[in-house]
Amino acid sequence: MSVNAKPLPPINPDTQPFWDGCAQGRLLLQRCGDCGHLQFYPRMLCAACGSRTLDWAESCGRGTVKTFTIIRRAVSAAFEPDVPYVVALVELEEGPTLMSNIIGCDPAVVAIGQPVRVTFETRAESVAVPQFEPMP
Amino acid sequence: MAKSHSLRGQVAIVGVGDTEVGKVPELSATGLCIDAAKRALDDAGLTKSDIDGLVTCNSMAEPHMYHAEAMAEHLQIFPSYCVSAGAGGGTTFAVLYQAALAILHGICNRVLISMADSLRTGLTREQAMVMQSSSGHPQFETPYGATVPGYYALIANAYMHRYGVSAEQMAAVAVTARAHAALHPGAQMRTPLTVEDVLASRMIADPLRLLDCSLVSDGGAAVVLARAEEAGEGPHQPVYLLGAGEGHGHEHISQAENLTSSHARQAGERAYAMAGLGPQDIDFVELYDCFTPVVLIELEDLGFCGRGEAGAFVAEGHTRLGGTLPMNTHGGLLSHCHPGNPGAMFALTEAVRQLRGEAGERQVVDAETALVHAQGGILSSHCTAILGRGR
Repeated sequence: MSVNAKPLPPINPDTQPFWDGCAQGRLLLQRCGDCGHLQFYPRMLCAACGSRTLDWAESCGRGTVKTFTIIRRAVSAAFEPDVPYVVALVELEEGPTLMSNIIGCDPAVVAIGQPVRVTFETRAESVAVPQFEPMP
Repeated sequence: MAKSHSLRGQVAIVGVGDTEVGKVPELSATGLCIDAAKRALDDAGLTKSDIDGLVTCNSMAEPHMYHAEAMAEHLQIFPSYCVSAGAGGGTTFAVLYQAALAILHGICNRVLISMADSLRTGLTREQAMVMQSSSGHPQFETPYGATVPGYYALIANAYMHRYGVSAEQMAAVAVTARAHAALHPGAQMRTPLTVEDVLASRMIADPLRLLDCSLVSDGGAAVVLARAEEAGEGPHQPVYLLGAGEGHGHEHISQAENLTSSHARQAGERAYAMAGLGPQDIDFVELYDCFTPVVLIELEDLGFCGRGEAGAFVAEGHTRLGGTLPMNTHGGLLSHCHPGNPGAMFALTEAVRQLRGEAGERQVVDAETALVHAQGGILSSHCTAILGRGR
Protein backbone atom coordinates (compact mmCIF):
# COMPACT_ATOMS: atom_id res chain seq x y z
CA MET A 1 0.00 0.00 0.00
CA SER A 2 1.44 3.35 -0.99
CA VAL A 3 1.06 5.96 1.71
CA ASN A 4 2.39 8.78 -0.43
CA ALA A 5 -0.81 9.22 -2.41
CA LYS A 6 -4.31 9.64 -1.02
CA PRO A 7 -6.13 6.33 -1.32
CA LEU A 8 -8.33 5.62 -4.30
CA PRO A 9 -11.54 3.72 -3.72
CA PRO A 10 -11.18 0.06 -4.77
CA ILE A 11 -14.15 0.23 -7.14
CA ASN A 12 -16.06 -3.00 -7.77
CA PRO A 13 -18.92 -3.93 -10.12
CA ASP A 14 -21.55 -3.14 -7.46
CA THR A 15 -20.26 0.39 -7.02
CA GLN A 16 -18.97 1.27 -10.50
CA PRO A 17 -22.07 3.35 -11.43
CA PHE A 18 -21.68 5.41 -8.24
CA TRP A 19 -18.04 6.21 -8.97
CA ASP A 20 -18.82 6.86 -12.64
CA GLY A 21 -21.36 9.39 -11.37
CA CYS A 22 -18.74 11.08 -9.18
CA ALA A 23 -16.37 11.33 -12.15
CA GLN A 24 -19.17 13.18 -13.97
CA GLY A 25 -19.88 15.46 -11.00
CA ARG A 26 -23.08 13.67 -9.96
CA LEU A 27 -23.74 12.18 -6.50
CA LEU A 28 -25.83 9.03 -7.01
CA LEU A 29 -27.93 7.14 -4.50
CA GLN A 30 -29.60 3.78 -4.98
CA ARG A 31 -33.39 3.72 -5.10
CA CYS A 32 -35.42 0.55 -4.57
CA GLY A 33 -37.80 -0.16 -7.42
CA ASP A 34 -40.14 -2.03 -5.07
CA CYS A 35 -40.35 0.06 -1.89
CA GLY A 36 -38.77 3.36 -2.96
CA HIS A 37 -36.10 3.27 -0.21
CA LEU A 38 -33.07 5.45 -0.94
CA GLN A 39 -29.71 4.12 0.24
CA PHE A 40 -26.01 4.80 0.50
CA TYR A 41 -23.53 3.10 0.17
CA PRO A 42 -24.44 1.18 -2.99
CA ARG A 43 -25.05 -2.52 -2.42
CA MET A 44 -26.61 -5.66 -3.89
CA LEU A 45 -29.96 -5.58 -2.10
CA CYS A 46 -32.36 -2.98 -0.79
CA ALA A 47 -31.43 -2.55 2.88
CA ALA A 48 -35.09 -1.93 3.75
CA CYS A 49 -37.00 -4.69 1.92
CA GLY A 50 -34.33 -7.00 0.51
CA SER A 51 -35.34 -6.44 -3.11
CA ARG A 52 -32.82 -6.88 -5.93
CA THR A 53 -34.62 -4.23 -8.00
CA LEU A 54 -32.39 -1.20 -7.49
CA ASP A 55 -31.95 1.83 -9.67
CA TRP A 56 -29.91 5.05 -9.40
CA ALA A 57 -31.19 8.48 -8.41
CA GLU A 58 -29.16 11.68 -8.34
CA SER A 59 -28.91 13.46 -4.99
CA CYS A 60 -29.41 17.22 -4.91
CA GLY A 61 -25.98 17.27 -3.25
CA ARG A 62 -27.14 19.31 -0.26
CA GLY A 63 -27.00 18.11 3.31
CA THR A 64 -26.08 19.00 6.87
CA VAL A 65 -23.13 18.11 9.07
CA LYS A 66 -24.33 15.34 11.41
CA THR A 67 -21.02 15.14 13.26
CA PHE A 68 -17.38 15.94 12.48
CA THR A 69 -13.85 15.90 13.78
CA ILE A 70 -10.74 17.91 13.02
CA ILE A 71 -7.85 15.55 12.34
CA ARG A 72 -4.67 16.98 13.89
CA ARG A 73 -2.49 13.93 13.27
CA ALA A 74 -2.69 12.70 9.69
CA VAL A 75 -3.47 9.09 8.90
CA SER A 76 -0.62 8.94 6.37
CA ALA A 77 1.98 11.10 4.69
CA ALA A 78 -0.44 11.86 1.86
CA PHE A 79 -2.76 13.72 4.23
CA GLU A 80 -0.06 15.61 6.15
CA PRO A 81 -0.22 18.76 3.97
CA ASP A 82 -3.96 18.99 4.76
CA VAL A 83 -3.58 19.01 8.58
CA PRO A 84 -5.77 20.17 10.25
CA TYR A 85 -8.55 18.71 8.09
CA VAL A 86 -12.20 17.93 8.74
CA VAL A 87 -13.76 14.47 8.47
CA ALA A 88 -17.54 14.56 8.78
CA LEU A 89 -20.69 12.53 8.45
CA VAL A 90 -23.07 14.42 6.15
CA GLU A 91 -26.78 13.71 6.15
CA LEU A 92 -28.14 14.35 2.68
CA GLU A 93 -31.49 16.06 2.18
CA GLU A 94 -32.75 12.77 0.71
CA GLY A 95 -31.95 10.96 4.00
CA PRO A 96 -28.83 8.81 3.61
CA THR A 97 -25.61 9.67 5.45
CA LEU A 98 -22.10 9.51 4.04
CA MET A 99 -18.60 10.18 5.28
CA SER A 100 -16.63 12.92 3.58
CA ASN A 101 -14.40 15.94 4.18
CA ILE A 102 -15.56 19.49 4.71
CA ILE A 103 -13.31 21.74 2.64
CA GLY A 104 -13.20 25.35 1.55
CA CYS A 105 -13.42 26.84 5.04
CA ASP A 106 -11.49 27.22 8.28
CA PRO A 107 -11.99 23.94 10.21
CA ALA A 108 -12.77 26.06 13.28
CA VAL A 109 -16.06 27.26 11.75
CA VAL A 110 -17.45 23.78 10.99
CA ALA A 111 -20.42 22.95 13.23
CA ILE A 112 -22.97 20.20 13.73
CA GLY A 113 -26.10 21.13 11.78
CA GLN A 114 -24.20 23.29 9.30
CA PRO A 115 -25.63 23.21 5.73
CA VAL A 116 -23.14 21.95 3.15
CA ARG A 117 -23.12 21.03 -0.54
CA VAL A 118 -21.19 18.50 -2.54
CA THR A 119 -18.20 19.13 -4.74
CA PHE A 120 -15.76 16.61 -6.18
CA GLU A 121 -12.01 16.13 -5.88
CA THR A 122 -10.34 14.41 -8.82
CA ARG A 123 -7.83 11.90 -7.50
CA ALA A 124 -6.92 10.06 -10.69
CA GLU A 125 -8.06 9.85 -14.27
CA SER A 126 -11.81 9.06 -14.09
CA VAL A 127 -11.77 8.84 -10.28
CA ALA A 128 -13.26 11.65 -8.19
CA VAL A 129 -14.32 11.52 -4.54
CA PRO A 130 -17.20 13.54 -3.05
CA GLN A 131 -16.23 16.44 -0.80
CA PHE A 132 -18.47 19.00 0.87
CA GLU A 133 -18.18 22.74 1.35
CA PRO A 134 -20.28 25.20 3.34
CA MET A 135 -23.38 26.51 1.54
CA PRO A 136 -22.65 30.04 0.31
CA MET B 1 -36.23 -13.52 21.22
CA ALA B 2 -34.17 -16.71 21.36
CA LYS B 3 -34.19 -18.52 24.72
CA SER B 4 -30.70 -19.00 26.02
CA HIS B 5 -30.88 -19.44 29.77
CA SER B 6 -29.21 -22.83 29.97
CA LEU B 7 -25.63 -21.49 30.10
CA ARG B 8 -26.00 -19.82 33.48
CA GLY B 9 -23.61 -21.28 36.01
CA GLN B 10 -22.65 -24.24 33.83
CA VAL B 11 -19.06 -23.28 33.14
CA ALA B 12 -16.38 -21.62 35.27
CA ILE B 13 -13.08 -19.87 34.81
CA VAL B 14 -10.56 -21.93 36.76
CA GLY B 15 -7.31 -20.28 35.75
CA VAL B 16 -6.08 -16.85 34.68
CA GLY B 17 -2.73 -15.48 33.52
CA ASP B 18 -1.38 -12.11 32.42
CA THR B 19 2.00 -11.53 30.81
CA GLU B 20 4.13 -8.52 31.52
CA VAL B 21 2.60 -5.58 29.64
CA GLY B 22 3.75 -2.30 28.13
CA LYS B 23 7.07 -2.69 26.34
CA VAL B 24 8.00 -6.37 26.28
CA PRO B 25 10.59 -6.58 23.50
CA GLU B 26 12.08 -9.81 24.83
CA LEU B 27 8.99 -11.77 23.75
CA SER B 28 7.40 -12.07 20.33
CA ALA B 29 3.64 -11.93 19.94
CA THR B 30 3.70 -15.71 19.76
CA GLY B 31 5.88 -15.83 22.84
CA LEU B 32 3.42 -13.61 24.72
CA CYS B 33 0.48 -15.82 23.70
CA ILE B 34 2.26 -18.94 24.93
CA ASP B 35 3.50 -17.18 28.08
CA ALA B 36 -0.06 -16.12 28.96
CA ALA B 37 -1.28 -19.67 28.29
CA LYS B 38 1.37 -21.21 30.54
CA ARG B 39 0.59 -18.77 33.34
CA ALA B 40 -3.14 -19.57 33.15
CA LEU B 41 -2.47 -23.31 33.15
CA ASP B 42 -0.15 -22.97 36.17
CA ASP B 43 -2.77 -20.88 37.96
CA ALA B 44 -5.38 -23.57 37.28
CA GLY B 45 -3.06 -26.33 38.48
CA LEU B 46 -3.28 -27.95 35.06
CA THR B 47 -0.84 -29.02 32.36
CA LYS B 48 -1.20 -28.63 28.61
CA SER B 49 -2.34 -32.24 28.28
CA ASP B 50 -5.43 -31.33 30.33
CA ILE B 51 -6.53 -28.94 27.56
CA ASP B 52 -8.61 -30.09 24.59
CA GLY B 53 -9.98 -26.75 23.44
CA LEU B 54 -7.94 -23.76 22.28
CA VAL B 55 -9.11 -20.28 21.31
CA THR B 56 -6.81 -17.44 20.23
CA CYS B 57 -7.04 -14.31 18.14
CA ASN B 58 -4.65 -13.41 15.38
CA SER B 59 -1.70 -11.12 15.99
CA MET B 60 -0.97 -8.04 13.89
CA ALA B 61 2.73 -8.10 14.71
CA GLU B 62 3.19 -11.79 14.02
CA PRO B 63 0.17 -12.98 12.05
CA HIS B 64 -0.43 -16.61 11.21
CA MET B 65 -2.76 -17.78 8.47
CA TYR B 66 -4.36 -20.17 10.98
CA HIS B 67 -3.43 -18.70 14.32
CA ALA B 68 -5.01 -21.06 16.85
CA GLU B 69 -3.71 -24.06 14.92
CA ALA B 70 -0.22 -22.54 14.95
CA MET B 71 -0.42 -22.00 18.72
CA ALA B 72 -1.64 -25.59 19.24
CA GLU B 73 1.34 -26.79 17.22
CA HIS B 74 3.68 -24.56 19.24
CA LEU B 75 2.27 -25.99 22.47
CA GLN B 76 2.13 -29.49 20.98
CA ILE B 77 -1.46 -30.00 21.99
CA PHE B 78 -4.03 -31.70 19.76
CA PRO B 79 -7.39 -30.16 20.62
CA SER B 80 -10.87 -31.24 19.56
CA TYR B 81 -11.95 -27.57 19.43
CA CYS B 82 -9.58 -25.01 17.94
CA VAL B 83 -10.51 -21.57 16.65
CA SER B 84 -8.98 -18.13 16.18
CA ALA B 85 -11.62 -15.49 16.66
CA GLY B 86 -11.84 -12.10 15.04
CA ALA B 87 -14.42 -9.56 16.15
CA GLY B 88 -11.96 -6.87 17.16
CA GLY B 89 -12.15 -5.91 20.80
CA GLY B 90 -15.51 -7.66 21.17
CA THR B 91 -13.84 -11.00 20.45
CA THR B 92 -12.96 -11.84 24.02
CA PHE B 93 -16.37 -12.32 25.55
CA ALA B 94 -17.96 -13.72 22.42
CA VAL B 95 -15.47 -16.58 22.41
CA LEU B 96 -15.92 -16.99 26.15
CA TYR B 97 -19.48 -18.14 25.80
CA GLN B 98 -18.92 -19.93 22.51
CA ALA B 99 -16.21 -21.94 24.27
CA ALA B 100 -18.67 -22.57 27.11
CA LEU B 101 -21.13 -23.95 24.56
CA ALA B 102 -18.46 -26.24 23.15
CA ILE B 103 -17.85 -27.61 26.65
CA LEU B 104 -21.54 -28.05 27.43
CA HIS B 105 -22.16 -29.87 24.16
CA GLY B 106 -19.34 -32.31 24.78
CA ILE B 107 -17.05 -31.07 22.03
CA CYS B 108 -14.28 -30.63 24.58
CA ASN B 109 -13.73 -30.55 28.34
CA ARG B 110 -11.41 -27.66 29.08
CA VAL B 111 -10.78 -24.65 26.88
CA LEU B 112 -7.74 -22.43 27.02
CA ILE B 113 -8.38 -18.93 25.67
CA SER B 114 -5.12 -17.08 25.10
CA MET B 115 -4.69 -13.80 23.25
CA ALA B 116 -1.64 -11.58 22.85
CA ASP B 117 -0.01 -9.08 20.56
CA SER B 118 3.07 -6.86 20.35
CA LEU B 119 1.74 -3.57 19.09
CA ARG B 120 4.28 -1.50 21.03
CA THR B 121 7.59 -3.06 20.03
CA GLY B 122 6.67 -5.79 17.56
CA LEU B 123 5.31 -3.90 14.55
CA THR B 124 7.53 -2.88 11.67
CA ARG B 125 7.07 0.70 10.51
CA GLU B 126 5.26 -0.60 7.45
CA GLN B 127 2.95 -2.85 9.52
CA ALA B 128 2.09 0.09 11.78
CA MET B 129 1.32 2.31 8.80
CA VAL B 130 -0.85 -0.30 7.10
CA MET B 131 -2.69 -0.99 10.37
CA GLN B 132 -3.41 2.71 10.81
CA SER B 133 -4.47 3.35 7.20
CA SER B 134 -6.57 0.26 6.66
CA SER B 135 -9.35 0.93 9.13
CA GLY B 136 -12.68 2.11 7.80
CA HIS B 137 -14.65 1.14 4.70
CA PRO B 138 -12.16 0.90 1.84
CA GLN B 139 -14.39 2.73 -0.65
CA PHE B 140 -16.59 4.95 1.49
CA GLU B 141 -14.46 5.94 4.51
CA THR B 142 -10.73 5.34 3.99
CA PRO B 143 -10.42 7.88 1.12
CA TYR B 144 -11.27 10.71 3.55
CA GLY B 145 -8.23 10.25 5.77
CA ALA B 146 -9.74 9.58 9.19
CA THR B 147 -7.66 7.86 11.85
CA VAL B 148 -9.05 5.44 14.45
CA PRO B 149 -9.21 8.26 17.03
CA GLY B 150 -10.90 10.30 14.29
CA TYR B 151 -13.67 7.75 13.82
CA TYR B 152 -14.30 7.70 17.58
CA ALA B 153 -14.13 11.49 17.66
CA LEU B 154 -17.18 11.55 15.36
CA ILE B 155 -19.06 9.71 18.11
CA ALA B 156 -17.59 11.84 20.89
CA ASN B 157 -18.59 15.08 19.17
CA ALA B 158 -22.15 13.88 18.52
CA TYR B 159 -22.49 12.65 22.11
CA MET B 160 -21.14 15.86 23.66
CA HIS B 161 -23.33 17.98 21.38
CA ARG B 162 -26.50 16.02 22.14
CA TYR B 163 -26.14 15.79 25.91
CA GLY B 164 -23.90 18.71 26.83
CA VAL B 165 -21.28 16.36 28.28
CA SER B 166 -18.10 18.32 28.98
CA ALA B 167 -14.44 17.65 28.19
CA GLU B 168 -13.85 17.68 31.97
CA GLN B 169 -16.36 14.87 32.46
CA MET B 170 -14.75 12.79 29.71
CA ALA B 171 -11.35 13.47 31.26
CA ALA B 172 -12.64 12.07 34.55
CA VAL B 173 -12.79 8.65 32.88
CA ALA B 174 -9.04 8.80 32.17
CA VAL B 175 -8.26 10.15 35.65
CA THR B 176 -10.24 7.32 37.31
CA ALA B 177 -8.54 4.69 35.17
CA ARG B 178 -5.13 6.04 36.10
CA ALA B 179 -5.96 6.12 39.81
CA HIS B 180 -6.83 2.42 39.59
CA ALA B 181 -3.76 1.58 37.50
CA ALA B 182 -1.62 3.22 40.20
CA LEU B 183 -2.79 0.40 42.50
CA HIS B 184 -1.90 -2.33 39.96
CA PRO B 185 1.78 -3.27 40.13
CA GLY B 186 1.79 -4.52 36.53
CA ALA B 187 0.03 -1.59 34.83
CA GLN B 188 1.78 0.21 32.00
CA MET B 189 0.98 3.76 33.20
CA ARG B 190 0.85 4.35 36.96
CA THR B 191 1.63 8.05 37.47
CA PRO B 192 -1.54 9.74 38.73
CA LEU B 193 -3.33 12.17 36.40
CA THR B 194 -5.55 15.18 36.96
CA VAL B 195 -8.39 16.47 34.80
CA GLU B 196 -6.12 19.43 34.00
CA ASP B 197 -3.40 17.04 32.73
CA VAL B 198 -5.90 15.44 30.35
CA LEU B 199 -7.16 18.80 29.10
CA ALA B 200 -3.58 20.00 28.60
CA SER B 201 -2.61 16.98 26.50
CA ARG B 202 -2.43 17.60 22.77
CA MET B 203 -5.47 17.38 20.55
CA ILE B 204 -5.43 14.30 18.31
CA ALA B 205 -8.86 14.51 16.66
CA ASP B 206 -11.24 17.06 18.17
CA PRO B 207 -12.61 16.58 20.80
CA LEU B 208 -10.27 13.70 21.70
CA ARG B 209 -6.94 14.55 23.29
CA LEU B 210 -3.98 12.25 23.70
CA LEU B 211 -5.02 11.23 27.23
CA ASP B 212 -8.57 10.43 26.06
CA CYS B 213 -6.99 7.70 23.94
CA SER B 214 -5.96 4.24 25.13
CA LEU B 215 -2.41 2.93 25.18
CA VAL B 216 -0.46 0.98 22.60
CA SER B 217 1.02 -2.07 24.27
CA ASP B 218 2.62 -5.46 24.13
CA GLY B 219 0.93 -8.07 26.25
CA GLY B 220 -1.33 -11.04 26.51
CA ALA B 221 -3.68 -12.77 28.87
CA ALA B 222 -5.33 -16.17 29.11
CA VAL B 223 -8.07 -18.00 30.95
CA VAL B 224 -8.99 -21.67 31.37
CA LEU B 225 -12.64 -22.71 31.26
CA ALA B 226 -14.02 -25.94 32.69
CA ARG B 227 -17.38 -27.52 33.54
CA ALA B 228 -18.80 -26.11 36.75
CA GLU B 229 -18.94 -29.61 38.30
CA GLU B 230 -15.16 -29.97 37.90
CA ALA B 231 -14.30 -26.39 38.71
CA GLY B 232 -13.96 -26.97 42.43
CA GLU B 233 -11.05 -29.38 41.91
CA GLY B 234 -8.61 -26.55 41.19
CA PRO B 235 -6.58 -24.48 43.61
CA HIS B 236 -8.77 -21.34 43.38
CA GLN B 237 -12.32 -20.20 43.91
CA PRO B 238 -14.05 -20.85 40.55
CA VAL B 239 -15.64 -17.87 38.85
CA TYR B 240 -18.85 -18.83 37.05
CA LEU B 241 -20.17 -17.53 33.76
CA LEU B 242 -23.68 -16.35 34.61
CA GLY B 243 -24.69 -14.63 31.41
CA ALA B 244 -23.43 -13.52 28.03
CA GLY B 245 -24.87 -11.71 25.06
CA GLU B 246 -23.84 -10.09 21.81
CA GLY B 247 -25.16 -7.09 19.91
CA HIS B 248 -24.13 -6.02 16.43
CA GLY B 249 -25.18 -2.67 15.01
CA HIS B 250 -22.93 -1.79 12.08
CA GLU B 251 -19.36 -2.31 11.04
CA HIS B 252 -18.57 1.14 9.63
CA ILE B 253 -19.38 4.23 11.66
CA SER B 254 -20.85 6.04 8.65
CA GLN B 255 -23.58 3.36 8.65
CA ALA B 256 -24.46 3.65 12.35
CA GLU B 257 -28.15 4.23 12.94
CA ASN B 258 -27.34 6.10 16.14
CA LEU B 259 -24.13 7.90 17.12
CA THR B 260 -24.89 8.35 20.82
CA SER B 261 -25.95 4.83 21.79
CA SER B 262 -24.93 1.41 20.58
CA HIS B 263 -25.83 -2.25 20.47
CA ALA B 264 -24.13 -2.60 23.84
CA ARG B 265 -27.73 -2.18 24.97
CA GLN B 266 -28.85 -5.38 23.21
CA ALA B 267 -25.71 -7.24 24.32
CA GLY B 268 -26.34 -6.20 27.92
CA GLU B 269 -30.03 -7.07 27.83
CA ARG B 270 -29.22 -10.55 26.51
CA ALA B 271 -26.56 -11.11 29.17
CA TYR B 272 -28.83 -9.85 31.97
CA ALA B 273 -31.66 -12.10 30.73
CA MET B 274 -29.44 -15.18 30.74
CA ALA B 275 -28.11 -14.37 34.20
CA GLY B 276 -31.51 -13.44 35.58
CA LEU B 277 -29.86 -10.27 36.90
CA GLY B 278 -30.02 -6.53 36.26
CA PRO B 279 -27.69 -3.55 36.60
CA GLN B 280 -28.64 -3.19 40.28
CA ASP B 281 -27.10 -6.63 40.99
CA ILE B 282 -23.64 -5.77 39.64
CA ASP B 283 -20.87 -4.99 42.15
CA PHE B 284 -18.28 -3.71 39.67
CA VAL B 285 -17.72 -3.38 35.94
CA GLU B 286 -14.84 -3.72 33.52
CA LEU B 287 -15.84 -1.79 30.38
CA TYR B 288 -14.14 -1.23 27.04
CA ASP B 289 -12.35 2.11 27.33
CA CYS B 290 -10.50 2.48 24.04
CA PHE B 291 -11.47 6.18 24.19
CA THR B 292 -12.99 8.01 27.16
CA PRO B 293 -16.46 8.76 25.69
CA VAL B 294 -16.97 5.08 24.80
CA VAL B 295 -17.16 4.25 28.49
CA LEU B 296 -19.87 6.86 29.02
CA ILE B 297 -22.05 5.46 26.23
CA GLU B 298 -21.52 1.93 27.58
CA LEU B 299 -22.53 2.94 31.11
CA GLU B 300 -25.79 4.27 29.64
CA ASP B 301 -26.41 1.40 27.21
CA LEU B 302 -25.82 -1.17 29.96
CA GLY B 303 -28.38 0.46 32.22
CA PHE B 304 -26.13 2.00 34.88
CA CYS B 305 -27.01 5.61 34.01
CA GLY B 306 -29.77 7.48 32.20
CA ARG B 307 -29.06 8.97 28.77
CA GLY B 308 -26.53 11.77 28.97
CA GLU B 309 -25.91 11.19 32.67
CA ALA B 310 -22.76 9.06 32.61
CA GLY B 311 -20.37 12.03 32.41
CA ALA B 312 -21.61 13.43 35.70
CA PHE B 313 -21.73 9.91 37.19
CA VAL B 314 -18.02 9.37 36.53
CA ALA B 315 -16.99 12.94 37.41
CA GLU B 316 -18.77 12.59 40.78
CA GLY B 317 -16.55 9.60 41.59
CA HIS B 318 -19.14 6.80 41.52
CA THR B 319 -16.89 4.60 39.37
CA ARG B 320 -13.86 4.91 41.65
CA LEU B 321 -12.86 2.14 44.03
CA GLY B 322 -15.07 2.70 47.06
CA GLY B 323 -17.79 4.24 44.86
CA THR B 324 -21.15 2.70 44.07
CA LEU B 325 -19.90 1.06 40.86
CA PRO B 326 -16.12 0.62 40.70
CA MET B 327 -15.07 0.51 37.04
CA ASN B 328 -11.93 -0.71 35.29
CA THR B 329 -10.25 -1.58 38.53
CA HIS B 330 -6.99 -2.57 36.78
CA GLY B 331 -6.75 0.71 34.87
CA GLY B 332 -8.37 -0.46 31.66
CA LEU B 333 -7.14 0.09 28.14
CA LEU B 334 -6.45 3.72 29.07
CA SER B 335 -3.85 3.00 31.75
CA HIS B 336 -3.26 -0.75 32.27
CA CYS B 337 -2.51 -1.76 28.66
CA HIS B 338 -4.02 -2.11 25.20
CA PRO B 339 -2.40 -4.64 22.90
CA GLY B 340 -5.25 -4.44 20.35
CA ASN B 341 -7.67 -7.31 19.91
CA PRO B 342 -6.52 -9.02 23.14
CA GLY B 343 -7.19 -5.87 25.19
CA ALA B 344 -10.40 -7.00 26.87
CA MET B 345 -8.75 -10.22 28.09
CA PHE B 346 -7.21 -8.15 30.89
CA ALA B 347 -10.68 -6.98 31.92
CA LEU B 348 -11.62 -10.65 32.19
CA THR B 349 -8.59 -11.73 34.21
CA GLU B 350 -9.05 -8.69 36.47
CA ALA B 351 -12.71 -9.51 37.05
CA VAL B 352 -11.73 -13.06 38.02
CA ARG B 353 -9.06 -11.85 40.45
CA GLN B 354 -11.54 -9.42 42.00
CA LEU B 355 -14.15 -12.15 42.41
CA ARG B 356 -11.56 -14.44 43.97
CA GLY B 357 -10.63 -11.66 46.39
CA GLU B 358 -7.03 -11.55 45.12
CA ALA B 359 -6.87 -7.93 43.93
CA GLY B 360 -4.85 -6.61 46.85
CA GLU B 361 -4.89 -2.83 47.26
CA ARG B 362 -7.48 -2.43 44.52
CA GLN B 363 -9.87 -5.08 45.84
CA VAL B 364 -13.57 -4.27 45.53
CA VAL B 365 -15.06 -5.04 48.96
CA ASP B 366 -17.50 -7.98 48.94
CA ALA B 367 -17.25 -8.43 45.17
CA GLU B 368 -19.76 -11.14 44.23
CA THR B 369 -20.93 -10.26 40.72
CA ALA B 370 -19.17 -8.50 37.85
CA LEU B 371 -20.14 -7.28 34.41
CA VAL B 372 -17.50 -7.16 31.69
CA HIS B 373 -18.13 -5.59 28.30
CA ALA B 374 -16.09 -5.27 25.15
CA GLN B 375 -16.68 -3.82 21.73
CA GLY B 376 -14.93 -3.97 18.41
CA GLY B 377 -14.93 -1.87 15.28
CA ILE B 378 -16.14 1.68 15.88
CA LEU B 379 -18.75 1.07 18.59
CA SER B 380 -19.85 -1.75 16.27
CA SER B 381 -19.77 -5.28 17.70
CA HIS B 382 -20.52 -5.75 21.37
CA CYS B 383 -20.33 -8.56 23.85
CA THR B 384 -21.25 -8.52 27.52
CA ALA B 385 -20.53 -11.23 30.08
CA ILE B 386 -21.67 -11.48 33.69
CA LEU B 387 -19.50 -13.40 36.13
CA GLY B 388 -20.04 -14.44 39.71
CA ARG B 389 -18.52 -16.23 42.71
CA GLY B 390 -21.73 -18.22 43.03
CA ARG B 391 -23.69 -20.15 40.42
